[in-house]
Amino acid sequence: MAIQNSGKTLVKGARATQSTIFLKILMAASGVVFIGFTLLHMYGNLKAFGGHDKFNEYAHHLRILGEPMLPHEGALWIIRAVLLLSLVVHVYAAAKLWRRAKNARTVKYEVKKHTGAIFASRLMRWGGVTLLLFIIWHLLNFTIGKVNVDGGPTNDPYNLLVDTFDTWWLTLIYLAAMAMLGAHLHHGIWSATQTLGLTGSERTRVLAKRSAFTLAVVIAGGFSLVPLAVLTGIIEK
Amino acid sequence: MKLTLKIWRQTDANDAGGMHTYDVDDVSADMSFLEMLDVLNEQLNAKGEEPIAFDSDCREGICGMCGLMINGEAHGPVTTTTCQLHMRSFTDGETITIEPWRSDAFPVLKDLVVDRGAFDRIIQQGGFISVNTGSAPEAHAVPVPRDDAMRAFNVATCIGCGACVAACPNGSASLFMGAKITHLGELPQGQPERDSRVVNMVAQHDHEGFGGCTNIGECTAACPKEIPLDVISQLNKDLRTAMKHGH
Repeated sequence: MAIQNSGKTLVKGARATQSTIFLKILMAASGVVFIGFTLLHMYGNLKAFGGHDKFNEYAHHLRILGEPMLPHEGALWIIRAVLLLSLVVHVYAAAKLWRRAKNARTVKYEVKKHTGAIFASRLMRWGGVTLLLFIIWHLLNFTIGKVNVDGGPTNDPYNLLVDTFDTWWLTLIYLAAMAMLGAHLHHGIWSATQTLGLTGSERTRVLAKRSAFTLAVVIAGGFSLVPLAVLTGIIEK
Repeated sequence: MKLTLKIWRQTDANDAGGMHTYDVDDVSADMSFLEMLDVLNEQLNAKGEEPIAFDSDCREGICGMCGLMINGEAHGPVTTTTCQLHMRSFTDGETITIEPWRSDAFPVLKDLVVDRGAFDRIIQQGGFISVNTGSAPEAHAVPVPRDDAMRAFNVATCIGCGACVAACPNGSASLFMGAKITHLGELPQGQPERDSRVVNMVAQHDHEGFGGCTNIGECTAACPKEIPLDVISQLNKDLRTAMKHGH
């Protein structure tokens, strides 16, 4: 069969920073910021096991971190700025790559198996959207809006936390989001190491996959401990 | 064996196409998948119908021409090429769905035949080394460490069949490119063009409309030559290095 000319020509003067792989590197680099953040955030949440005063002291310390070198809440705002920038980059790269993938196969298969893929890897895009919605809700709940559905005080971090997780449906939303976070990290951490070119052998690949799973369980599990402890009465006012 | 085949039929590149169902009897378990299609085509010929167009050449698993999506898996359920897949991998009375590779960079020409010219254009951008013609240099003049040679040999087994693209949920050709980048990048002869190779091949890949890699791994599971996922890491690393060098 003669090969038809599809009209595609060879690219001239290619620049690496305009490639899909560069978008992936942006995705991985911003993802690494989130891995660090979720680890620290999870550690901070575990302070709730220390009781009302320990938790609130930690929350207060976050605001005076770096003083007097930094202004009040200075460190917090620097962290927020870095996180917001990372989020914009992460979502921008994801949207671009999602659109590319859609256009790369406009006629779908009648039958398609997903041999070799873990379930978490196929959840990344819609899972990411879910996490974005959760983050918005989470900030309204604890940071920007400070919603206490029990009608209790909102200026006391520990009491707001206990009141929130004493509400079954809020706990359910939170735990579902943590399951999604765990799945996102499970594939995302491995994917980042691969995209950053750190897994060039079978040994490093296996190590990266195991580390990704372990970190995902530690982070998502650590976050889930607090609401579960409230639910079972281990953490109470 | 008796089989029911659901096959994609499309008269030419501009036709919308659709699935058609055929029954074939008298299939031997010892037949290869392509021989089974030959049997069906003889039946169609006898009835005066247009035979099903599919690609094949060597029929011994080394040329990369044959490639069909069989029951949702590139090259079917066994880790091999379609021509080396045998009917003993299927059961009597089974319904088998056969589709062409689905990628907008691989347009369907007719029925199950796709144009994989996009791969040729990626190779044209860097899948080569530049050497002077003439007498071959003394073989021991350029020593190659054994591990490097083995890795280069292992990934040089890529036959460019396109199963990685067909299996990839993003329609990415990263495993193919990674195999070529690693194959040439492991060898001393590949070093002078190492940076421009990766930058130009990736640019052509994107230009052809292939998707980006999300490291899912369906490509390597479908690859008849079992090219490992490490080559995509190597591809990413080479591109990052080229960027550092100002490309």
